[in-house]
Amino acid sequence: MAGGLLDREIAFLDALRTAGLTVSLAEVLDATRAMGAIDLLDREALRAAYAACVLKRPAHRTTFDMLFDLWFPAVTGDPTQIEADLAGDGEPGEGEPLEPEAYRDALRDLLLDGDEEAMRRFARQVVQGLGRADTAPGRQSWFSYRVLRQLSPETLMASLLGAMLQGQDRGGLAEKVARQTIQERIKQFQEMVEAEVRRRLAEDRGTEQISKTAVQPLAEQVDFLRASRNDMAELRRQVFPLARRLATRLTARRRLGKTGKLDFRRTVRASLATGGVPLVTHHKPHKPHKPELVVLCDVSGSVAGFAHFTLMLAYALREQFTKVRAFAFIDTCDEVTDYFTPGGDVADALARMSSEAKLVWFDGHSDYGHSIEKFAEDYPEAVGPRTSLLILGDARNNYRATGAQTLKQLVQRSRHAYWLNPEPSAYWGSGDSATGAYEGLIEMVEVRNAVQLEDFVQRILPQ
Amino acid sequence: MLQPQFATVDDVQTRLGAAGYLADHAIATTVFLADRLGKPLLIEGPAGVGKTELAKSVSTATGSELIRLQCYEGLDEARALYEWNYKKQLLRIQASKDDDSWHDIHDDVFAEEFLMSRPLLTAIRNPNPTVLLIDETDKADVEVEGLLLEVLSDFQVTIPELGTIEATRRPLVFLTSNATRELSEALKRRCLYLHLDYPDAAREKAIVLSRVPEVAEQLADQLVRTVRALRALELKKSPSIAESIDWARTLVALGLDTLDEEAVKSTLGVVLKHASDHERAATQLKLN
Repeated sequence: MAGGLLDREIAFLDALRTAGLTVSLAEVLDATRAMGAIDLLDREALRAAYAACVLKRPAHRTTFDMLFDLWFPAVTGDPTQIEADLAGDGEPGEGEPLEPEAYRDALRDLLLDGDEEAMRRFARQVVQGLGRADTAPGRQSWFSYRVLRQLSPETLMASLLGAMLQGQDRGGLAEKVARQTIQERIKQFQEMVEAEVRRRLAEDRGTEQISKTAVQPLAEQVDFLRASRNDMAELRRQVFPLARRLATRLTARRRLGKTGKLDFRRTVRASLATGGVPLVTHHKPHKPHKPELVVLCDVSGSVAGFAHFTLMLAYALREQFTKVRAFAFIDTCDEVTDYFTPGGDVADALARMSSEAKLVWFDGHSDYGHSIEKFAEDYPEAVGPRTSLLILGDARNNYRATGAQTLKQLVQRSRHAYWLNPEPSAYWGSGDSATGAYEGLIEMVEVRNAVQLEDFVQRILPQ
Repeated sequence: MLQPQFATVDDVQTRLGAAGYLADHAIATTVFLADRLGKPLLIEGPAGVGKTELAKSVSTATGSELIRLQCYEGLDEARALYEWNYKKQLLRIQASKDDDSWHDIHDDVFAEEFLMSRPLLTAIRNPNPTVLLIDETDKADVEVEGLLLEVLSDFQVTIPELGTIEATRRPLVFLTSNATRELSEALKRRCLYLHLDYPDAAREKAIVLSRVPEVAEQLADQLVRTVRALRALELKKSPSIAESIDWARTLVALGLDTLDEEAVKSTLGVVLKHASDHERAATQLKLN
């Protein structure tokens, strides 16, 4: 293998490691061997080969693809020149810079047609034509938002829908499906523009530099409090797989744990294989202890995303508990258990919960004190000696009464009690954060992202 | 010991195509590498995207024997690797005459005749081309992974009474997993990895057309785009390729040639298997 290529490979794998993928030496050797087996001029084969050897978790796919595009770009340099070279005679044509309006028309046709390769070529052209701007005298840089703002593909939706439906009924299934198709293609195009901008930047400033800044954190590591709508949607999609993983791990742990009384029947049956001598004894499994779960969560604006995600997870894990009851509050508290029917749609339940439940009593700003008092007063039977109490919230109390005494009684009555706080622990107690008042009464756990939540659930679930 | 079955990546693609599996470039390259490097291939992905089918098609395409080990909770060495046939051994001992020495019986009882070969050992001993499919690896207990590590890295099995058995011809190994639990790093490191996801629209359409040739192209296009719209919703279980194919078959059987609201509403049960998903799809796609 040529030295240049090997250096490139090592640098690429190093960038993957920096981005958080674990690439072991054994895998590097595999990748190098794979290089010898495939046609190196086939870029997609190269991508697949690297993916097969070093990419072992689907969550890392986006990062991998982005870095691969940076380190092994499909083209280099100015696309106008490339198009001319491809045409062979350098005649002016598609490569010429156009007016934004002309670009928009071209984009509309491409989105309607959906040809990926043509779209990618077009993305190169528009970035060349519209993406450059001066950042300082004599310095230029590339920007994807300049391109996307001037083209604003979303505004083409109406005209694209008209063309795609061709006189079919509006408002029904056909429109929904067409809309989905167009949205997918627009998203694809946006990603192509962003990838192209990264490529041009990397050519100007060096690949290492760009690959360090461009990597996005994984959805499960994004802070709940800072998650975008896309991040939250991605997280919600992971709730059921996550719950399933947790449940499997639990059953495995239970099976491996201490076993109970001798299972006479199975032991005798097994002894038949050894001529009636019971060489191996079999035991009945212990009946697992299943606690009741009571979730009391702050659903006010700032922490709603966190509360929703955690509620969804609690309901996905319902089988692990004898009973799950949920209470929501903003400045007063209401039971929301009934919104979550078995087999029902949790996202739907959350929407209904926020519109129908009585959560606001005074001004709609978080009031932990009043909510806790109200909870203890209206639902005295909710917390008992078999209950695990879970409080979700950032304890940002707007300098109001904390209800710490009531909380203390609740904690004493319960079997376990935990407070999950989505704020970084460094900020606890600053400003209107009332964590100080609850300190020592209840164990407060920092749960900033899905990874931390998974760890927590694993720790507290019944053994 | 390594005898590659495929010449090039294109060769993989054509021969899999002939076996009825439409592999895209990435899949074909990965299978090619697994064959060339003689490494096991771990395939992960949601249910119903054709993980098991890929292994079966490779065995058809190469004319290899398919040996399948289905994993489940409580699978152990005795059922995955080999087991001594106790009953037969007992019979042999009871049938022995008095003048047989202990030494003779001992040697005799632990002979080939009393060994029951299970899938892993069978695959290793097979002198003919073999595809070993270890299905749903994530369902098995963690100890089984340890067993697999030994078998898959050296392709040899040590039986204390018989000695070490080495593969005369390395089987092509496929492991599948639904990712209900994370497999150990050690196992992943020894395997090539392929994540099979829902295919892009063009490939899914081609798959539907090849599996259900009776379906009109126009309808297949509509169906694939509707399935993609369903996948974009936040559903408990997104429809997979298997469901798209079932749906196409249903529509053909019902003699429907266009997929309008009425048709979708009456056949939605084929693609969505949860009541809550049904309701959600009905409201979001405005079927009422």
